[in-house]
Amino acid sequence: MGVFSFLLKSSIGKKIIMGLTGLFLIIFLVVHCGVNALIFMNDGGVLFNEAAEFMATNILIRTMEIVLFLGILVHIFQGLYLVFENKKARPVSYAMTNGNANSKWYSRSMGLLGTLLLIFLIIHLRHFWYVSRLTNELNANETLFDEMKEVFSLLWVVMVYLLGMISLSYHLMHGFQSAFQTLGWNHKKYTPIISAIGFCYSIIIPLIFSIMPIAFYLGWIK
Amino acid sequence: MSGNMNLTLKIWRQKNNKAKGELVNYKVADISPDMSFLEMFDVLNEQLITKGDEPVAFDHDCREGICGICSMHINGRPHGPKHGITTCQLHMRSFKDGDTIVVEPWRAQAFPVIKDLAVDRSAFDRIIAAGGYVSVNTGNAQDGNTLPVPKTDADMAFAAAACIGCGACVAACKNASAMLFVSAKVNQLAHLPQGQPERMERVRAMVAQMDKEGFGSCTNTGACEAECPKEISLVNIAAMNRDYLRANLLDSEG
Ligand code: HEM
Ligand code: SF4
Ligand code: FES
Repeated sequence: MGVFSFLLKSSIGKKIIMGLTGLFLIIFLVVHCGVNALIFMNDGGVLFNEAAEFMATNILIRTMEIVLFLGILVHIFQGLYLVFENKKARPVSYAMTNGNANSKWYSRSMGLLGTLLLIFLIIHLRHFWYVSRLTNELNANETLFDEMKEVFSLLWVVMVYLLGMISLSYHLMHGFQSAFQTLGWNHKKYTPIISAIGFCYSIIIPLIFSIMPIAFYLGWIK
Repeated sequence: MSGNMNLTLKIWRQKNNKAKGELVNYKVADISPDMSFLEMFDVLNEQLITKGDEPVAFDHDCREGICGICSMHINGRPHGPKHGITTCQLHMRSFKDGDTIVVEPWRAQAFPVIKDLAVDRSAFDRIIAAGGYVSVNTGNAQDGNTLPVPKTDADMAFAAAACIGCGACVAACKNASAMLFVSAKVNQLAHLPQGQPERMERVRAMVAQMDKEGFGSCTNTGACEAECPKEISLVNIAAMNRDYLRANLLDSEG
């Protein structure tokens, strides 16, 4: 451990881990979103299934999948642990607070938004990752694309996904620029650019993801 | 006098550190809009003393915004509704006749209540004592330009040095984090030539003490910056995180 022990022991170190894992998840979401967007080709899922097959068999991708799971787990456990520790730092709460006067509600609600994301993530993994990786339910006749169609034929599922994406959007609205601040990058010229990119990212990525269940539900994608 | 106000105050009363406190209602009448918030408290306390009641304990000293002691959480915000000022600089013209004003002490594990609205901020002193100084005697003031300091560095150090250690940043933060205070105290030295020799040691020691005192960690909500009476910038926190990373990764003395 030696030189890296500060990452586990100090408050700033723990936040640096949150920032790094958060940024890693942000990069992952671009790839995830890009691959899934292939369904919009509206080719009956041919291209999408090919990409999914590649992702499922390529050794490099499978290795990254393990790194990704580790990253998510660290982010979740560290995040929830910090929420818990930060609660302890104010044992007696105020009778009156006016948080909106000094900060955004979603900046103050990262633990709540993260927990909603976690619930969504469990449902989401059960829907797709579990079925495709841990069972033999999928084959040439029943592809991942078919699975998507089936899952998104239920209204409540579509609703859960939309709620998940709204949580993601607000989580990132704060998280994107927050990660750079944590890592020490706050600059007169670049921070406004980072914030603008973060804002666009937090709208566009969840929006594209949101259109997927809607498109299946409404039959735009066959 | 016309324009004077009658107000209801809900003030946190707590006998001592161990006692259980509660919000208690008080009425004050004929308060001039030109009074400071603390002068309004003086009126209340005279009223209480005349009646033979215990006056409200609250910290105050300079009453001109430079000492930082006048901690009061007013209507849900440190130092009340105005931006960039301390409680002693808050005037009653910021309130209306008939208002109810809730006044609480700073709330943080690391700032235990001593009595009523007075809290113990010696945690800040211990953080400074851990490294917030230059340990060599710097001698007399230098002749002009013998020790060149780039303008941007001088400005950053000067802005950071404006911190008065009031603790409003901790009081405002949902995590009761002291990062804005500590980063100001780190950066007032980190950008000046005199601060260089101990720069890495300093940031490590001060952050370690901050963690030991039981402050929360920073989630960059920005509440501290918005409530700081001296408008200390979040840039200081990023700069401290940078120094902290560097101190731990690159400094061989670590
Ligand atoms: C794919 C999903 C996710 C992405 C892209 C993501 C991204 C981020 C980013 C970029 C940050 C900012 C780090 C910083 O301030 O340095 C962050 C913070 C955080 N995340 Fe996530 N996150 C995700 C999922 C989750 C989940 C599932 C949880 C679950 C509990 C969670 C809980 C937190 C918490 C508590 C914080 C710290 C709050 C703060 O720093 O203000 N996140 N996340
Ligand atoms: S940073 Fe601002 S709010 Fe915090 S102690 Fe210093 S002056 Fe007060
Ligand atoms: S009493 Fe000194 S700053 Fe208010």
